[in-house]
Amino acid sequence: MTTETEYQHPLMAAYWKQLDTRFPQVEEVFEDCMAEALAVLTRAGLDAYLEAARVIGKLGRGVEPMLAFMEAWPSTAKAVGESALPAVMVLIQRMQKSPNGRAIAPFLQTLAPVARRLKAQELLQDYLDITLNFMERTTGSIHGHHTTFPSPGLPEFFAQAPNLLSQLTLAGLKNWVEYGIRNYRTHPERQKDYFSLQSADSRAVLQRERHGTLLVDVERKLDMYLRGLWRDSDHLVPYSTAFDEIRKPIPYYDKLGIRLPDVYDDADNVSGLDRYRAVLAHIVGHRRWSEAQVADNWSPFQRMAVEFFEDCRIETLLIREYPGLRKLFLALHPEPLETSCDPETTSCLRHRMTMLSRALLDPDHGYVDADLNDFVARFHAVMAQGTSSMQEIASLALSYVARTRRQSDQFARVHFDNTVVDYRDDNRQLWKFIEAGDEEDAFDEERKIEPGEEIRGLPPRHYPEWDYSSQTYRPDWASVYEALHPSGNPADIDRLLQKHSALAKQLKKMLDLLKPQDKVRIRYQEEGSELDLDVAIRSLIDFKGGATPDPRINMSHKTSGRDITVMLLLDLSESLNKKAAGSDQTILELSQEAVSLLAWAIEKLGDPFAIAGFHSNTRHDVRYLHIKGYGEHFNDDVKARLAAMEAGYSTRMGAAMRHAAHYLAARPADKKLMLILTDGRSSDVDAHDERLLIEDARQAVKELDRQDIFPYCISLDPKADEYVGDIFGRQFTVIDHIERLPERLPQLFMALTK
Amino acid sequence: MIENEVSVEANVSEVNVKQSGHNYKDQYKIHQEPFYQQQRNEVQLYEAAYRSRLPVMVKGPTGCGKSRFVEYMAWKLNKPLITVACNEDMTASDLVGRYLLEANGTRWLDGPLTTAARLGAICYLDEIVEARQDTTVVIHPLTDHRRTLPLDKKGELIHAHPDFQLVISYNPGYQSLMKDLKQSTKQRFTAFDFDYPNAELETQIVAKETGMDAALVAKLVKIGGVARNLKGHGLDEGISTRLLVYAATLIKDGVEPRDACRMAMVRPITDDADIRETLDHAIDATFA
Repeated sequence: MTTETEYQHPLMAAYWKQLDTRFPQVEEVFEDCMAEALAVLTRAGLDAYLEAARVIGKLGRGVEPMLAFMEAWPSTAKAVGESALPAVMVLIQRMQKSPNGRAIAPFLQTLAPVARRLKAQELLQDYLDITLNFMERTTGSIHGHHTTFPSPGLPEFFAQAPNLLSQLTLAGLKNWVEYGIRNYRTHPERQKDYFSLQSADSRAVLQRERHGTLLVDVERKLDMYLRGLWRDSDHLVPYSTAFDEIRKPIPYYDKLGIRLPDVYDDADNVSGLDRYRAVLAHIVGHRRWSEAQVADNWSPFQRMAVEFFEDCRIETLLIREYPGLRKLFLALHPEPLETSCDPETTSCLRHRMTMLSRALLDPDHGYVDADLNDFVARFHAVMAQGTSSMQEIASLALSYVARTRRQSDQFARVHFDNTVVDYRDDNRQLWKFIEAGDEEDAFDEERKIEPGEEIRGLPPRHYPEWDYSSQTYRPDWASVYEALHPSGNPADIDRLLQKHSALAKQLKKMLDLLKPQDKVRIRYQEEGSELDLDVAIRSLIDFKGGATPDPRINMSHKTSGRDITVMLLLDLSESLNKKAAGSDQTILELSQEAVSLLAWAIEKLGDPFAIAGFHSNTRHDVRYLHIKGYGEHFNDDVKARLAAMEAGYSTRMGAAMRHAAHYLAARPADKKLMLILTDGRSSDVDAHDERLLIEDARQAVKELDRQDIFPYCISLDPKADEYVGDIFGRQFTVIDHIERLPERLPQLFMALTK
Repeated sequence: MIENEVSVEANVSEVNVKQSGHNYKDQYKIHQEPFYQQQRNEVQLYEAAYRSRLPVMVKGPTGCGKSRFVEYMAWKLNKPLITVACNEDMTASDLVGRYLLEANGTRWLDGPLTTAARLGAICYLDEIVEARQDTTVVIHPLTDHRRTLPLDKKGELIHAHPDFQLVISYNPGYQSLMKDLKQSTKQRFTAFDFDYPNAELETQIVAKETGMDAALVAKLVKIGGVARNLKGHGLDEGISTRLLVYAATLIKDGVEPRDACRMAMVRPITDDADIRETLDHAIDATFA
C-alpha cells in the first residue's frame, strides 16, 4: 500500500495534504469522513477540523484517537455546533499532558452520541467540565508520586457516558460522578467497578439520580387506581430499564404480578404517572375480556395481527368505561404516516398493523387506504353489538391478514419506525400452546435449592448511611444480619438478681409510685379539683325543688393506663471487655447486671419491651442479636441469652438504631422509647473519618424523631461529653461511676417514663 | 337535601301541650311528600313494624338515605316526627326532661322523648351511638312490652300514646370499640340494613332529586363508585349519595362538571394526596 495517495479531485488532494498523516487506516475512511464533513461544516470549520485531526494524529497515541475524532466530529458539530471544537481540544490537551492520554480515544469514541443527547454547546461544556474535574481528582497521587497514575475510572466513564446521559440530567450525572469520586478515589479497582456500572451502589445512586417518575414513588397511587377505577389489584413488580440496552423489556403480567418498568419519563405531554395508568388500564382490559387462544395453528404474522386487533378491542371497551382514556391512549399511540413505508423494499406488516390500530381508536385518523377503512368499519360493526370476544375478533384479524398480505411481508428488512405501542404489554397471556414449541420459554420450572445447601440465617437487611460531607445518603450501605443471641445458663442471671436483691426492693417501691399517664375525668366527687357545673346546677334545682341535693358536685382528674413500648439496644463491642475503672468487674459484667435488673423492673411494670445487642465488623457485617422479643416474658430463655452476652468487634450505631427502629415503629403504642447503652463513640474499622459514623448516628436519631421514637443514650464513656451531645442532643446521660450502673439504669428508666 | 324535620331543643312544656294540643302536634307533621326511592320492600316492612309499634333501627353508611327514609315513612303514615341528633354530651335528662330554675322555684320541662311519648309521635334518635351508653338505657322501658317512661325526678310514669314509636339510626362504619350499642339495646329493635343503592337506582335517585340529565348523573355515580372501591384502602367511607346530589346541584347551577365533582365529591372526603389524585384522575377519565 502506498502512503502517497493520489486523489482525483484536486480539493480532496489538498485536504489530504492538510491532514498530513501516514496512517493507512485513516486513508480508508478519509473520503467517507470528508463527505460527511463537507455536508455539515463551514469552510472555516472544515479547516479547523482538519487541523484538529492533524494535531490529534501527532499526539503519539497511535491511530485510534485520530480515527475516532475524524468519525465523531462531523456529527458532533451537527448536534452542538462547530464552535465547540476549541473546548474539546482544550480537554484533549489537558489529557495529553496528564497521565490520562490513553483515555483520549474512549473520550472521542463516545463524543458523538453524548453530543446528540445534550444537543447544546453549553451543555457539552458542562459535560467537559465534569470530565475535567473527574480526571483531576482521580489521577493518582499514590505514595506521594504526584500525577503519576492515570485515573482508573475515566475510560470506563467515557464508555458509559451516552448510556448515563440517556437516563440522567447533567446535574444527576454530576452527582453520580461526585459520589464515585468521593467514595472510591483511593481504591482503583472499586473505582473501575463503580464507573463501569458494575457495583451495586453505582446502580443504586444512578437509580436515585434518574429523571422521570419512579414506580416506587407512585406505587400507592397506582394501587388505588387499580382498586378504585377497575376493582382489580395485584402486585406491581418493577423491572429495570437502565441496564438492558439491546432488548428493552415490555410490560407484562403473570401469576406473580404485573411487571412494569421501574421508571417512566414524561412523553408527549403525558406524565410518567399517566403512562403507568395507561399500561395498567390496558392490562386490566386483558384480564377482564381476553381469553387465551390456542396458538399452534397460526403463523407468527397471524398471531401479531390477532394481538393488534385484540388490543384494540379491549381498548375500545376500556374507553367505553372511561371515555377520558381515549385521549390518553391516542397521545401515547404512534401515528405512522401512510406513505412512510415502501412495500417494494421493506416488510410493511408492522406499519400496516400500527396504522390500523391507530385508525381503530382514533375516529379522525385520516387514512385513505380502502382495506383499512373497510376493516375499521367491520371492527366497529362487531363492537357495536357488545363486548365481542377474542375469538370473533381473531377471525376478523385473520381475514385482514389474508386480504392485505404482500410478498414483501417476508422480507428481512422490517419497517419498525413509529410502530411500537409502548403502553401495551407483550400479550404473553393471549396464547396457549398445546405442544411446547421453540417459541416458548420454559422458565416455569421451580428452581430447587441444591442438595446440601441450606439457607442459614435471615438474609441481610440493607440500610443507608449518612455521608455528612455531601449531605446525602449512601444507599444500601450497611448490611445488617439479625439472629437470635446464643444461650447460656439462665441461673447466672438469677444469681445476679439475687445479689442485688436489696436494690430490687428499693426499685419495687419506686415502681409502685410510677404513675400511669392517660388523663381521665372523675365526676361526682365531694371534693375535687374543679366544680362540675352540670351536676352543680342539678343539685341547686333539687335544693330549690325541695329534694335532697346531691353534694357530689366536684370533679377531678386522674391518669390511668400506661402505653409505653421500650427497646433496649446494647452495644456489644470489644471495648466492653475492659475492666471498669475502680472496679474488678468488666464493663460487660456490669452491663449484664444492670440490664438484668432493668428487665426485671420493666417486666414488673408490664410495659412491653425488647432487648437486642449489636456489633459490627465493617459495613458488610453489622450483627443485630435478639436477646428478648416483645412477645416474650423475662423468662429462662431470655435469661439464658443474657447470660451468654459476649463482647467483640466495633460499634456501627446508626445501622443498629435504624434496624431497632424498624421493630419499634411497628409496635402500637403512644410512647416509644429506645434506650441505647454504649461505652464509646460510634466507630468501625472501615470508617477512616471518625466524624462519619458520629454524623450518621446523629442522622439516625433525627430519623427516629420523625418516627415518633424517643431515643435516649446511656453512655459509659467518661469522655463521652465530646461527642454524645452531637448525636443525641440533650437526650443522654453519662454514667461516670460504672460500678453503680446496675443501680442507676433502672432508676433512669423510671425517671424517663414517669 | 333540605332537612324538613324540626329539631327539638327542649323548648316544649307540658302546659303547652294541654293548652294547644292540636297545633302543637301539628308542627311536627310533615306536610310535603319527601322524595324517597324504595330500594327493596323496606316501606312495606316498616309499615308492618309500625302496625305492631315495634321499635325500628336503621343502619347504614353516612348519606345513604336513612333520615330521608324515616321522614318519608312519617309522612306516609301521617304521624308527627320528632328528631333528636345525639351527641357525646347528651345526658338522660336531655331526652327525658328536667326541672328548670325560675325566680321563685322550679318548673318541669319535657324532653323530646317524653314529648313524643305523650303526643304519639315517631321519635327518631339519629346517630344513637354518639350518645353515651348510660344515656341510651333510658329508652329501654319504652321499647319493650311495657311502653312506659318513668320520670323519676318528677315521680310520674308516662304510658306511651298508642301511636308512639321509637326509631334509631346508626352508622356501623365507625368500627370503634367505644362506639357500639350494647346487646341489651340492640336486641330491642327490628332493623333495616341500608347501603348505597346500585348504580342504576342511584342514578335515578340523584336525577330525580336534582332534575339533572340522567347521562350526566350516571357519570357522577361512576365516580362515586370509584371512591367506594377504595373504602378500607385509605378511605373510611365512600362518596355518599348526598354528596352526589351536592355535585349535581352545583352542575345544575352552571358549575363546570369537573370543578363541581372536585369540590363536592373529592375534597370533602379525604386529605390524602394519593387518593385525591386517583379520584381526580377518575373524574378526568370519566368526563372525556
